[in-house]
Amino acid sequence: MPDVLMEVRNLKKYFKTKRGPLHAVDGINFSINKGETLGLVGESGCGKSTTGRVVLRLIDATDGEVIFDGENILDYNKTKVRTFRENAQIIFQDPFASLNPRMSVFEIIAEPLIINKKAQSRQDLRKQVLKLMDTVGLVARLENAYPHELDGGRRQRIGIARSLALKPSFIVQDEPVSALDVSIQAQILNLMEELQKEMKLTYLFISHDLGVIKHVSTNIAIMYLGKIVEMSDYSSIFKSPLHPYTKALLSAIPIPSVDIKRERIILEGDVPSPISPPPGCRFYSRCFERMDICKDTDPELIEYAPNRQVACHLIKPQSNV
Amino acid sequence: MPNNDNELLLDIKDLTIHYITEDGTVCAVNNLNLSIKRGETVGLVGETGAGKTTTALGIMQLVPNPPGKIIGGEINFAGENLAAKNEAAMRTIRGKKISMIFQDPMTSLNPVIPVRDQIAEVILLHENVTAAEGLAKAEEMLELVGIRSERAKDYPHQFSGGMRQRVVIAIALACNPELLIADEPTTALDVTIQAQVLELMKRLKSEFNTSMIMITHDLGIVADICDKVAIMYAGSVVEMADKYDLFRNPKHPYTIGLFGSIPDIEKDEEMLKPIKGYMADPANLPAGCPFSPRCELATAECHTKKPENIDLGNNHFVKCLQYANQGGE
Repeated sequence: MPDVLMEVRNLKKYFKTKRGPLHAVDGINFSINKGETLGLVGESGCGKSTTGRVVLRLIDATDGEVIFDGENILDYNKTKVRTFRENAQIIFQDPFASLNPRMSVFEIIAEPLIINKKAQSRQDLRKQVLKLMDTVGLVARLENAYPHELDGGRRQRIGIARSLALKPSFIVQDEPVSALDVSIQAQILNLMEELQKEMKLTYLFISHDLGVIKHVSTNIAIMYLGKIVEMSDYSSIFKSPLHPYTKALLSAIPIPSVDIKRERIILEGDVPSPISPPPGCRFYSRCFERMDICKDTDPELIEYAPNRQVACHLIKPQSNV
Repeated sequence: MPNNDNELLLDIKDLTIHYITEDGTVCAVNNLNLSIKRGETVGLVGETGAGKTTTALGIMQLVPNPPGKIIGGEINFAGENLAAKNEAAMRTIRGKKISMIFQDPMTSLNPVIPVRDQIAEVILLHENVTAAEGLAKAEEMLELVGIRSERAKDYPHQFSGGMRQRVVIAIALACNPELLIADEPTTALDVTIQAQVLELMKRLKSEFNTSMIMITHDLGIVADICDKVAIMYAGSVVEMADKYDLFRNPKHPYTIGLFGSIPDIEKDEEMLKPIKGYMADPANLPAGCPFSPRCELATAECHTKKPENIDLGNNHFVKCLQYANQGGE
């Protein structure tokens, strides 16, 4: 059995709003093995970024457990959270907003090393920063450049170097390539794949782009309105999607080929508000296969087959496979 | 199809647009050639800074001046050169004969005017109708794009992103334009909503028999909706062909690189094949082929000589020196 690095149990995050609690994350379970990537996919507002932040304790959970290396990080006090963060880092979506415009490339990458006292001397600090820059493919002459002088791809490389500075074992990637052009996106995706192999990194990779998710992930979880509706290894979900939402999502992706034609499922309406969601299945209002039971009873995430889970009343577990 | 099948609606020749700034001249569009037949949809594909939006603004004569300036070229639309027209003449064309859908429906609508009135504005401006008729037509347009007329008096913030983009589409089509320019119309939307909007655009386009320029960076959308594709790099169209021809048989190294960069959900690939290096800086373009610094196949000649547009036959054009001896006939 592979080693589990992170296990999330019944995780909930509600935000207080004037109109009632907003159920951003509503009881999700997943686990990530060491050295693997869990891809978390969903549309805007489904709770995927909130999940990424809660598992790093960047925001506090409402309920549930996040077991990291055998300990529940939600029980950690402030000092323990700080040591935990050396081990768990994040790369943000927008390389234009996530870097301080007044700091040079050197200062940005050096900051975590200085704060956590990881350098013996100035020379050692410089050596470590230049090594990190080299690792992510930034040439040394850029050390004194400022973020505004660089394009999106290079800025995202700075964000990656910064996240690697403390030699973490776990990185949350929150839409790391969404702001980049495809030719640059491919460079960054390849870089992260190489880094993962070299440094045995574990990723929680958040994206709305199923093509990217399929490319990087070991396992994939599909989220809809605060819930995981389907989870499996990366290929089964694409070969035989079970949940109606997964089917619709897959069929909606425009495929860059003129020789593949897919039946397109067009969903009605928009994602409903996560404030006071209805008691039944979250997907009920847009589902093209809904039944009476779906309206009032929320389907559980069940084990359909080994390493395949789905939350839908239509799907019954396969017996004795 | 009617017999004017081969008539060119838009024919752009050697369009060049520069932004003149204190820090130097940004050559946003360079000798761009593009043509569109009636009823045809052309996908204009390229990455950030390729000059796609500047081209669109050029056609509309909306390039901000200063710093932008159309340096040269012709924009022949239905037999008339738009580049030679004055502002008053352009006003009768914009919104009536050519209209545009912008990327971000959050910012392209006026937040303090009900959506119905925003649609009626363009109708009242161009059609000889009373205010009441204009508003009635606006409600009709809303129904057409799938918004119930009860919501006609609502403001943009009361709609979701997908619904707002439907309103923008209603405005664009209100006067039944001959050419619709859609600038990344679905980039700000989620995929399931994107699918709804694309489906709507396809349906309306065939109903109205409108020609369309679809500006996008997503080759998947092109495969879905376009007839012809023009690939832009550093301000010029480097390859143009019929959709099937371009997808099955791409010629320009940049086009081939773009296809290699996209993660394919139909296949399992170990590593992507990205294009090395970064986008050319339009303020400091290379002397030869703009793609030469990133091109795997570049020869010494590529770094010094600008490639001409080469006709490979079958309406397939490419700007690359490796095909220099194959052109003609």
